[in-house]
Amino acid sequence: MFEHYLNIFITTVFIENIALSLFLGMCTFIAISKKIDAAFGLGIAVIVVCLITVPLNNLIYNYILREDALSWAGLEGTNLEFVELISYIGVIAASVQILEMFLDKYVPALYNALGQFLPLITVNCAILGASLFMVEKDLMFGESVVYGFGAGFGWALAIVVLAGIREKLKYSDIPDGLKGLGTTFIIVGLMSFGFMSFGGISL
Amino acid sequence: MNLKRYQEVIIKPLIDENPITLQILGICSALAVTNNLTVTLVMCIAVISVISFSNLFISLIRNYIPSSIRIIVQMTIIASLVIVVDELLKAYDYETSKRLSVFVGLIITNCIVMGRAEAFAMKEKPLLSFLDGLGNGIGYSIILIGVAFIRELFGAGTLFGVDVMPEWYMTNNLLLLPPSSFIIIGLFIWLIRSLKPAQIEEDDFEVSVHSTAPNLTKKDIHV
Repeated sequence: MFEHYLNIFITTVFIENIALSLFLGMCTFIAISKKIDAAFGLGIAVIVVCLITVPLNNLIYNYILREDALSWAGLEGTNLEFVELISYIGVIAASVQILEMFLDKYVPALYNALGQFLPLITVNCAILGASLFMVEKDLMFGESVVYGFGAGFGWALAIVVLAGIREKLKYSDIPDGLKGLGTTFIIVGLMSFGFMSFGGISL
Repeated sequence: MNLKRYQEVIIKPLIDENPITLQILGICSALAVTNNLTVTLVMCIAVISVISFSNLFISLIRNYIPSSIRIIVQMTIIASLVIVVDELLKAYDYETSKRLSVFVGLIITNCIVMGRAEAFAMKEKPLLSFLDGLGNGIGYSIILIGVAFIRELFGAGTLFGVDVMPEWYMTNNLLLLPPSSFIIIGLFIWLIRSLKPAQIEEDDFEVSVHSTAPNLTKKDIHV
């Protein structure tokens, strides 16, 4: 059982890295990777939000939205899959809001560290993407907890690595037109070619 | 409000303020869906319609949205529009809808839609916002179609699935892999910024003057 969970974790972090293999959450990935500190804070925030929302959405999908899911309430033949998107994004927006209030009250140090990044996370496609892939892979509740954590962790790993490379490149002599955004795109391209080499591993 | 302003909001996002190459918005979908022109075109139409209508509707009710819950209100409007697009696509073009898989759903979190709603539609009149959405959607599509054109032509030797390259051409499968689109967009940015030097980013650091050397500018020493 443990082995199975470890497999899911390794697969999500390396082989199907959410940033570098599935290209989700790219906007924040590229915009907020100038400094390692900021990248690290955002990475932690994404891990936390993924860990909360993916299992929550898993429960919603399995017990409310899925075909015939409402049979525990005595309702047969229901299929609410068409409201999938709107309920997931609702869950994400609400949990980000609640997390923000909770951290503000009980863990002010972490709140100050993450503060400005938390609202950004609502529109980070990595989070919604993780929920949608969770449905596509048809995971059970326990698996979805591991998947959520792995997805967040993989994204955080990728953004910290990118920020490290960008800090090193800060003083390089780059052609004017490629400065900043241009090189970042090319670096990300090369990084994801690198991550593709994990693709051959089968667990 | 004169005609010029309307023209401006449509023309500007095409190159000068392109959402992908300058504003860093909506990149995710630019990568995953660009290995085939047909799929890209469907995606572009979906994005253009979602972004212009979400701008229109948000602008219509902008004076009634309390600012504390505005993100949730915007999300609800955008998500409903995306659901409509998703269901329409499933009904009329199931094949493409399968190939786009989760990326139609991810239009909800496409930062262009949210970014324009927040930056433009919350302040401006409905018609103007609609046109702004249209302009930004088209700006996004230009880059996407450009990337897809290069990837499909050189990667598979086809355009819209029809063979166009001569027979001796060996297809470059590397271009069909998603990471290559990063590099193509990077080169697009280089091209645009070489043509429009105003978009070049400033360095984060300053080259300080040498204490004994003559006062050279950055240009003299070819930095």
